[in-house]
Amino acid sequence: MSIELIDIYKSFGPKEVLKGFTLTVPEGDTVSLVGFSGSGKSVALKHVVRLLSPDSGVVRVDDQDVAGLSRHELYELRRQVGFVFQFAALFDSMTIRENLSMGLIKQGTHTEAEIEQRINESLNMVELEGFEDRMPAELSGGQRKRAGLARAIAFRPKYLLYDEPTSGLDPVTTTVIDRLILKMKKELGVTSLVITHDMKSADRVSDRVAMLFEGRIIEEGTPDEIAKSENPIVRGFVDGEPELVEQGRLDQ
Amino acid sequence: MSAQRSFAWIGAKSTEGFAAFGRFSSFTAEAGRAVPDLKTWGKLLFPLMKRIGVDSIPIALFLAAFTGIVLALQASYTFTGAIPMYFVGTLVGKTMILELGPVLTGLALSGRVGANIAAELGTMRVSEQIDALETLSYNPHSYLVVPRVVAGLLMFPVIVVFANAIGIVSGWITAINLLEMTSQEFIRGLRLFFEPFDITYSLIKTGSFGFAITLIGCYQGFTTTGGAQGVGTATTRAVVLSSMMILVLDAFWAVTLLQ
Ligand SMILES: Nc1ncnc2c1ncn2[C@@H]1O[C@H](COP(=O)(O)OP(=O)(O)OP(=O)(O)O)[C@@H](O)[C@H]1O
Ligand SMILES: [Mg+2]
Repeated sequence: MSIELIDIYKSFGPKEVLKGFTLTVPEGDTVSLVGFSGSGKSVALKHVVRLLSPDSGVVRVDDQDVAGLSRHELYELRRQVGFVFQFAALFDSMTIRENLSMGLIKQGTHTEAEIEQRINESLNMVELEGFEDRMPAELSGGQRKRAGLARAIAFRPKYLLYDEPTSGLDPVTTTVIDRLILKMKKELGVTSLVITHDMKSADRVSDRVAMLFEGRIIEEGTPDEIAKSENPIVRGFVDGEPELVEQGRLDQ
Repeated sequence: MSAQRSFAWIGAKSTEGFAAFGRFSSFTAEAGRAVPDLKTWGKLLFPLMKRIGVDSIPIALFLAAFTGIVLALQASYTFTGAIPMYFVGTLVGKTMILELGPVLTGLALSGRVGANIAAELGTMRVSEQIDALETLSYNPHSYLVVPRVVAGLLMFPVIVVFANAIGIVSGWITAINLLEMTSQEFIRGLRLFFEPFDITYSLIKTGSFGFAITLIGCYQGFTTTGGAQGVGTATTRAVVLSSMMILVLDAFWAVTLLQ
């Protein structure tokens, strides 16, 4: 019941984004993926549910080879995976309530009252109670982001993929969301892959942290190990020092 | 040298064209496979029939009314006493039903409906809403494409029935008020060469326009890349391509059904 991305290569035209990307998220664990802006984190995440297909390499989720799934099997798998988009991707023609109900309706096992209850619960978890009837355009960026998160957790998936769930949030809300990620793991045993820029968040929520650089994972370990890494690129990233990164790139 | 370059250019352009046609075909096939998924698109159909169909009726009627006036006046101007006046009714009826009702409505709606669909779905594409649908296990072809195309296919003929009727009525009003014709004369002309098949022909043609406009709009929306500018490009393309497609289909139906 893990997520495995094995030796993934992915290019867009001449631009090679992933070059031998390998990462495993063991069952029940939370792994944070960090890396510079534009390094391909979002691209890697989209491979997990086949929003993008690799040029080569294998994606295994829930013990299934994702590339080999029929459309029906793929939709069955996606029903177990919650995806939090970097820019929320709320359906802007629908209210927040309708947005959240989409996944629940698709599961087909809930009564209307249960759906309503679930929506309220999920909005509470992201501190958006009372926002049910708003349209996405009436929300701030951070509120939209949390609504997107609520939509992903509303149907209680087994896997959660978070694309920068806390970027652009204030420090207190960030902590709330970090706790939510921990809670999903502890109470529901969710297996999660979290993209983040924020080392403090990564430290709080993850069992392991992996750093993506130039298409590959250059370092992986517990948050402590990453914090103490000798690799100049990781050091440069963690401490925010471009000179170190440049030196590390030259040394490679 | 320059001839060589032009051939290379033509070669590259036609390869591109074939590739684009291939992508459009597989998009259409994908949409076709989504048609049995009635459970997903069925409940979305009625609001879209209203948006695509009912809301388009005013513009279609406006066009048809003025077309009817012009047709009547041009007919009488052309006949100049050499041909009996009641042929004004014939010309207005035949031209409206066979050609101008469907084609003018089609062209106007490629702007109204085609552009609207391309812009809406294009925005959904670039803001990752279509990806979000996918991750929630919705087939975007069932959810977005099929109901729009079905609504177009069903509603365009309805719109054109109204447009034809209004066009003929306004031709008739023009004839009796400005051309010193009687209603009897106009109606006599109208019935003279009328065939029930004319109506069938008009409806088949319009259905195909509705199908083409909505499908092209959806395709342009789905394949949008690159932000707001991309949405603009997709919208323009949808209008240009579906207008061209209307004229091609118009000729196609004339060749296959009127010979
Ligand atoms: N659909 C696409 N077509 C072409 N290029 C793409 C596409 N998606 C991503 N890219 C390119 O792939 C690279 C990685 O993008 P990605 O969005 O994965 O970065 P990221 O690591 O998530 O960055 P950020 O932290 O800023 O979100 C970028 O250079 C981007 O331009
Ligand atoms: Mg990203």
